[in-house]
Amino acid sequence: MILIFSDDNETALEILGKGREIADSMKIELGAISFGNEETIFASGADKIYSINIASSSDHIVEVISNLNDQYKPEIILIGGTKLGKEVAPRIAQRSGVGCATDCIDCSIEKGHLIVKRFVLGGRFLETLRLLRKPLIATLLPGKFIKKVDKTRNGEIIKIPYNPVESKVHILEVKKKAPQELKIEEADIIISVGRGLKKKEDIKLIESLAQALGGAVGCSRSIAADLKWLPEERWVGLSGHKVKPKLYIAIGISGQVQHIAGIRDAKTIIAINNDPNAPIFKACDYGIVGDLYEIVPKLTEKLKKQV
Amino acid sequence: MPEIIVCLKQIFDLGQIRVDTSTKCPLTEGVARKLSDFDKNALEEALRIKEKHSGKVIAIIYGTKDAAKEALAMGADEAFIYQYTEEIDHLGIAAILAGSIQQLKYDLILCGEASIDEYSFQTGPRLAQVLGIPVLTYARKIELNDGEIIVERELENRYEVSKTKLPALVTVTKEINQPRIPTLLQILGASKKSITEMSPMKQEVGVKILSILAVEMKRKEVIVKEIDELAKVILSEK
Ligand SMILES: Cc1cc2nc3c(=O)[nH]c(=O)nc-3n(C[C@H](O)[C@H](O)[C@H](O)COP(=O)(O)OP(=O)(O)OC[C@H]3O[C@@H](n4cnc5c(N)ncnc54)[C@H](O)[C@@H]3O)c2cc1C
Ligand SMILES: Nc1ncnc2c1ncn2[C@@H]1O[C@H](COP(=O)(O)O)[C@@H](O)[C@H]1O
Repeated sequence: MILIFSDDNETALEILGKGREIADSMKIELGAISFGNEETIFASGADKIYSINIASSSDHIVEVISNLNDQYKPEIILIGGTKLGKEVAPRIAQRSGVGCATDCIDCSIEKGHLIVKRFVLGGRFLETLRLLRKPLIATLLPGKFIKKVDKTRNGEIIKIPYNPVESKVHILEVKKKAPQELKIEEADIIISVGRGLKKKEDIKLIESLAQALGGAVGCSRSIAADLKWLPEERWVGLSGHKVKPKLYIAIGISGQVQHIAGIRDAKTIIAINNDPNAPIFKACDYGIVGDLYEIVPKLTEKLKKQV
Repeated sequence: MPEIIVCLKQIFDLGQIRVDTSTKCPLTEGVARKLSDFDKNALEEALRIKEKHSGKVIAIIYGTKDAAKEALAMGADEAFIYQYTEEIDHLGIAAILAGSIQQLKYDLILCGEASIDEYSFQTGPRLAQVLGIPVLTYARKIELNDGEIIVERELENRYEVSKTKLPALVTVTKEINQPRIPTLLQILGASKKSITEMSPMKQEVGVKILSILAVEMKRKEVIVKEIDELAKVILSEK
């Protein structure tokens, strides 16, 4: 069996899509730990649902999945690569004495082996790994896999008794991040800004351009992490969000490898930068050399007229 | 007085790694090595806790004596170093670290959330699992309080403030602090501190690396001169 879990419903559905493909090629069953609507889970590929009220405590998740592993001995465990997912997967792997690969962007069966791919060395290199011991455990990058829906599918629900685990960790407070943000991963057009911007107020320029194009505003790490001019939800790159818009416009962003690692899947990348030697010009489809303070307002005006 | 252990890893300076044009493999010969970025945040946080509560900071480092000196100059009291030439993965790393930590007294273990070369987020959670102690990942704030630790963690859409009893393991983000740069005096002073070389046993592996290859970047790299032209491109691509 392949067992699937994610603490994020959307990611779980994406992974079910991939899981179904692998399950078919290996002629084994696909099981999902329940989350949300059961019809949707079956339609997305599961043969079995292990129904349990899983708390969002990682101690509990580790316990539940490890117990399922002991009882059902799945060949493969695929976990959604959210932050929580990347914590529980290695813990489960360590408990079972096996390897684990995190943030996988691809996973397939070749000659009976589970082969995964992930970025390493600042995102400039792709590592191909083979998992050696069962259960083969990997976390898959959210937003990378495609869900497949077949409403005619159905399956079996297996109730798992709830054994409360005493978590060693007590959550005292949860502070939601500002909700005004749309998830940048979902935007078709992203206008991103970097240190080329001189002051916080100038973000208006970028926002007007984004508005003219119906896009979302993104940024490099320094703008979100160091200057805090934009919330972290907008931060694109290796340690931020990995995006795949149709159009990505990088303004005043030098194009360091860690930034590029986040936009590798963009269809078209456009760069605006006043330094002709900026590395971004080697990583874009179209670029213009010049001062963003001159180019962006003019460009916005032109686009407003034509859109 | 807390005894704090920090796990650090010496890595190649990623910016200096070149690509072999025929094989697409990374070329690391002659590339400088340094402590991984987030690991230094972990060490910095340990030093700040020591400054507040006194105690001791021990660094366990995968790397050379130079890496130990870097950590000792920053302020660690003592360093253990090890190297490993055979194939290894996080399963083995966790076992090696746990083996050496079990010989020591500790209240708190700090790791980076991820090493910046492998970026796998595995070592901290695995190590805590072996040691059977609570783990709090992605910390951007840590407070020690009477045998307990309160951590503000950053998750995708929320911050979580959590509490647990010591001993515990915490992995830190880059945002938690700004690592100090040692002064010349501290660098010189570091040479008096103790560095112990460990010789870990051979470990089993759970994954096998088949290849590491440069990612092909196929972009058009067209430079346009006029804003009008840029506007046209944008309209056709959106
Ligand atoms: C482990 C690790 C993870 C990281 N993760 C990320 C990540 O996820 N995302 C990320 O973005 N970075 C990340 N970084 C940081 C990354 O290495 C760079 O430091 C960062 O991307 C630089 O941001 P920037 O391009 O905005 O700034 P800079 O590199 O300072 O570039 C500013 C650019 O603006 C241009 N400019 C200046 N004035 C103007 C003007 N008036 N008009 C037009 N152009 C102008 C300059 O020519 C320059 O190219 C990471 C680093 C590490 C070590
Ligand atoms: N070989 C190692 N020896 C000691 N500490 C390590 C080692 N590898 C990773 N770490 C620590 O674990 C963290 C996460 O690394 P990783 O799991 O490789 O992403 C790092 O930031 C270090 O603090």
